[in-house]
Amino acid sequence: MDLILSAVISLGVIGAVGAVVLYFASRKFNVYENPGIGLVNDVLPGVNCGGCGFPGCKGFAEACVKADSLDGLFCPAGGMEVMSKVAGILGREVQSAVPMIAVVRCAGSCEQRPHVNIYDGVLSCAIAASLYGGETGCTYGCLGFGDCVESCLFDAIHINAQTLLPEVVEDACASCGACVKACPKNIIELRKKGPKSRRIFVSCVNKDQGADARKECNVACIACGKCEKVCAFDAITIENNLAYIKFNKCTLCRKCVKVCPTHAIPEVNFPPEKEKPPVTVEENEIRN
Amino acid sequence: MLKTFRLGGIHPQENKLSAGKKIETLPTPGQIVIPLSQHIGAPAVAVVQKGDAVKAGTLIAKANGFVSAGIHSSVSGIVVKIDDITDASGYRKPAVFIKVEGDEPEPFIDQSPGLNKNITLSSEEIIRKIADAGIVGMGGATFPTHIKLTPPSDKTAQLLIINGVECEPYLTSDHALMLEKGNEIMVGTQLLMRALKVKRAVIGIENNKKDAIVHLSDLSKNYDGIKICPLKVKYPQGSEKQLVDAVIKRRIGSGKLPIEVGAVVQNVGTAFAVYEAVQKNKPLFERIVTVTGKGIKNPSNYRVKIGTPVNELITAAGGISENTGKIVGGGPMMGKALVNAEVPVTKGCSGILVLPGEETARKERRNCIRCSKCVSVCPMGLSPYLLMTVSEFSVWDKAKSECITDCIECGSCSYTCPANRPLLDYIRLGKNKVQAHGVSRIV
Repeated sequence: MDLILSAVISLGVIGAVGAVVLYFASRKFNVYENPGIGLVNDVLPGVNCGGCGFPGCKGFAEACVKADSLDGLFCPAGGMEVMSKVAGILGREVQSAVPMIAVVRCAGSCEQRPHVNIYDGVLSCAIAASLYGGETGCTYGCLGFGDCVESCLFDAIHINAQTLLPEVVEDACASCGACVKACPKNIIELRKKGPKSRRIFVSCVNKDQGADARKECNVACIACGKCEKVCAFDAITIENNLAYIKFNKCTLCRKCVKVCPTHAIPEVNFPPEKEKPPVTVEENEIRN
Repeated sequence: MLKTFRLGGIHPQENKLSAGKKIETLPTPGQIVIPLSQHIGAPAVAVVQKGDAVKAGTLIAKANGFVSAGIHSSVSGIVVKIDDITDASGYRKPAVFIKVEGDEPEPFIDQSPGLNKNITLSSEEIIRKIADAGIVGMGGATFPTHIKLTPPSDKTAQLLIINGVECEPYLTSDHALMLEKGNEIMVGTQLLMRALKVKRAVIGIENNKKDAIVHLSDLSKNYDGIKICPLKVKYPQGSEKQLVDAVIKRRIGSGKLPIEVGAVVQNVGTAFAVYEAVQKNKPLFERIVTVTGKGIKNPSNYRVKIGTPVNELITAAGGISENTGKIVGGGPMMGKALVNAEVPVTKGCSGILVLPGEETARKERRNCIRCSKCVSVCPMGLSPYLLMTVSEFSVWDKAKSECITDCIECGSCSYTCPANRPLLDYIRLGKNKVQAHGVSRIV
């Protein structure tokens, strides 16, 4: 009995002394953290994708609490839903941001862009790009080894087994930009998601001269300039033999889609057009 | 006991199939395509236009800046066009297309067959002639030679080392050149000594070329200051830093050049080109190319005009067998597979290697077992297994602090790895990243 009692007493005393030491130590070395940081951090998605430009969600939460307003601070993974919660916690206004999405600017599938050699090295776009131009004649196009797929934390980009090109899953993409950085050919771009997810863009990054580009790929931009001429909003520029549609100016009128001779401008998520009487070649020429 | 470098190295199967074959001159094809970028540095700028008539030796593109080299026509004919051509790496690069007509060299080229031993020019004149002739390092690095001969003002060269090592398996172009053009190489070496103002030169030759060692040793008795240094057969002895270590037992610091220890290294092919440029006024528009490999019927050494398509060489050597896996430009260790057989021969192309499919196929990659074979063979004293891992996971600051940029891309690590890990592929990737951006800017 004595033995048990002495053990309880001695351990109790050690515990009490320890508690006192810890109490004073925690007071002495206390680091004050704004409680808002923890609250904001709790509503963030917690994937640490880095799309906001800060090292992880905690870093973003700190920046939100520290900043005077939420201008320029946006969580692409959470979108407006999360940002309005953050604004609610901090009692600040949030500016509505345009939803973005990653688009793959290459449509050179196996059929459109025949292979001219076989690569048997490490299956990584970065390594293939450090060695040579690629398996097809087009040295600008997608290599198809899926560095973008590996970089994605949201499982939002996959390689299509038929075309061997990456495809973005509309609802899953958080527009964090990880795939944009991972692509050694700079094919992926963050663009405006568009109303009802409708958007158009030039699905090609080939900067070779038109004739060469056409030889390399059936759906390459040949910089013919038709889209630039037809665009009434100055949204299309042609630089280095390549057309580019500025998504801030584009009104999605789709005139460029129709004039593109190589079908390098796809329209995404538009409803099928109503049947119109076919335009004859002569009429078309008169209009031009 | 033969000399060799002290750290790492491997000894792959030599496979010198074309050893002892005489140098044959390849017939000139109907059209020649001469790329404007055949050297390290800025691409040359074309000075001819469509429709211009050129002769063999006419300057068709002038050097663009100091680190660049001029390019000369290798045939006489008419310039058809200046257009892009797919180069060995699949990218499109500008080139001059010349339709061959007749066989007329420029009149200033001395066509006499005799050996010209008289060195009359001064150091500066020799270097200027070398620059005018567009000579670049013929071992494969293609660094413009005149720059190597102009060391920075605070450094002085004390020794010229001529690289006759040819440590790559299969290749025999330097070997054939040493046997057939020994005297010319000796005079070329003396010209380089005069240009560098050094009194001594050493020609390093690996011991698997005994006939070349004997031949050049005999000749060297007639030339002051030139010695032959037989070396143990070990790869990558043909690399500058390894050769300096082998010959004079001096190691060169990280990121430094051989001039740091007073040495300048030049290839035997370069010495021969220097002889022809200075003594015979002949610009660099031909080189010796070994066409070899187990996939080729008749391995040979050819004297080839720059700009000849590779398939002409292959046809001349008897064509390729059906199970050919890869056609490699250069040797099996450092060469790169060609994307097609129409690419032209350039100044740095020492060999065309045709390998059967079963020899080129990659084996299945397995896990690293930490056997450290890669560490023991690395001639630069690096840790390839670690560099591969940091490159794979994008830890660029660690890659830089582990001296990834010191890698000479010899491939000894990948060759020796029992788990078939693609060490060099990842190291090359990391090296490019660290060199291109500087660590702080890489995301």
